[in-house]
Amino acid sequence: MGIIEARGLARTFRSRKRTVEAVRGVDLTVGNGEIVGFLGPNGAGKTTTLRMLTTLLHPTAGMATVAGADLLRDPVGVRRRIGYVPQAIGQTMGGTDPSCLVIEELLDQAALYHLPPADGARRAETLIGQLELSGLERRLVKTLSGGQRRRLEIALGLVHTPALLFLDEPTTGLDPQSRSNLWEHIGALRSELGTTVFLTTHYLEEADVLCDRVFVIDHGVIAAEGTPDELKRRISGDVVMLRVAEPTSHHGTGPDARKLLADQPVVREVSSADGTLRLTVEHGDQALPSLLRVLDAAGITLESINLSRPTLDDVFLTLTGRSLRDDSPAPAAEGAERAS
Amino acid sequence: MTFLRDTLLVFRRQERLALRQPAWVIIGLTQPILYLALFGPLLKGLPTASLGAGTHGDAYRFFVPGLLIQLGLFGSTFVGFAIISDWRAGVIERFRVTPVSRLAIMAGRVLRDVVTLVVQAAVLVLVGVAFGLRAPVAAVFIGFGFIVLIAVGLASVSYATGLLVKSEDAFAPMINTVVVPLLLLSGILLPLTLGPGWLQGIARISPFRYIIDAMRQAYLGHYFNTFMVEGLAVAVGMAIVFLWLGSRVFLRENA
Repeated sequence: MGIIEARGLARTFRSRKRTVEAVRGVDLTVGNGEIVGFLGPNGAGKTTTLRMLTTLLHPTAGMATVAGADLLRDPVGVRRRIGYVPQAIGQTMGGTDPSCLVIEELLDQAALYHLPPADGARRAETLIGQLELSGLERRLVKTLSGGQRRRLEIALGLVHTPALLFLDEPTTGLDPQSRSNLWEHIGALRSELGTTVFLTTHYLEEADVLCDRVFVIDHGVIAAEGTPDELKRRISGDVVMLRVAEPTSHHGTGPDARKLLADQPVVREVSSADGTLRLTVEHGDQALPSLLRVLDAAGITLESINLSRPTLDDVFLTLTGRSLRDDSPAPAAEGAERAS
Repeated sequence: MTFLRDTLLVFRRQERLALRQPAWVIIGLTQPILYLALFGPLLKGLPTASLGAGTHGDAYRFFVPGLLIQLGLFGSTFVGFAIISDWRAGVIERFRVTPVSRLAIMAGRVLRDVVTLVVQAAVLVLVGVAFGLRAPVAAVFIGFGFIVLIAVGLASVSYATGLLVKSEDAFAPMINTVVVPLLLLSGILLPLTLGPGWLQGIARISPFRYIIDAMRQAYLGHYFNTFMVEGLAVAVGMAIVFLWLGSRVFLRENA
């Protein structure tokens, strides 16, 4: 059984006379030791789902077991076993008090989990080392840099050595250097401690670099799930762009090349624009040699060829019609809709 | 017991944070002390009978209980302000995801406020003595008891309100709208008996009116009479109802 098992988790909000179905039946299975990413545009139900799984919000329907405890019957059991790092950007911040000392926050957090003081002190010391907070113990939280404060917040989520850690937008608002530094720390959690990590993000590189598996949520339901590679392959395929050299004779080879390529079984789709052919293929790296052979055999010369793998952003666009980077449909999204 | 341990944990954290900025505790005291120094002397000119004091026209036995109630009212109704910034910092949410008792998140804070208020009240009484207050020691402690009852209920409701409103801009006018009329109708600065009949009638709706009457009786050395019974009943009733209302908000599954 997975460390998270959710079935039909749903949440409806009632405001004035309108009812909003923020989450409409989410099924999730997360295995022990996985790093799982939860992707979705704003308002997709990402945070609502996370809040339900962390006992901050009561589901209106569905059920779940989180870290071996029943979410509805034993919420305190869930709280005892999970770590949670709230998102640090937006309406509320990441959970540290600006007027506290770093060491106070760690020791208080340990006490909140009912750790004996000696154990709490030991854990605080370990975490200070692990998350590069040495020398900052007696500093006020408000004097920390963004990256330091975020590492402290993650340390707070780890004080009781939970088997499962929820990270809500762990690196949002951080500079690229702090971000990749944090990725290393999150990766180390799993490789060194076997901690399962469930994170939400809207940085696709983050999901790509960090996550074994990704869930895409849109309009309150899971739109897709799989490894980042699976998702990219399944949804978009790879793109080969090639330019055929101008024919020396009067017989136009352009259309020929196009027809020839379209007949290849590995090619899913061909389009052309400005003398460039755009092929959608599966497993582009494997298809490329055979395509080259076919063209060569037909005596068609190439000016250039280029293989590009889709990014998770392409996947996201295809699935949701929205780009993850923006809150509103981007012009690129409209373009993609026209193309499909 | 887990709840008590958690409450003490939250209390210690809040106390530590309060002591880091003791300025606020002192600022909270300046207002009643200014009243004592600058308004108190005016009362000496009033006829002793109007102050409810018998033959000993001791204005401060009338005035200090009023200032104590004022201190308690302001000191506890505005505490909700702080929980809004705690909420914004994500601290409340962070605590709610730990196994700590959710009620203790409120109770520990209320305990801190009660302790702060009793210390402030003690200072105020001592300053009163310096000005000429003479009251039985038992009465002073009864007064502290009333302050505790007022603070427990009002601070709970204030935290609950802060957590529901989630905006300082809405919270401050809201509290002022409730507290100022209640304060005026309690006869804190001047005896209500000086006012016309209709005002005395309306004043009966203010619960603090009963509490202050009881406190003034105690300061005059009368411990067993109807004023005392009424005052105590109102203070205890208010504390229970408000504590219950506040707890409901903190114990909700969703906040």
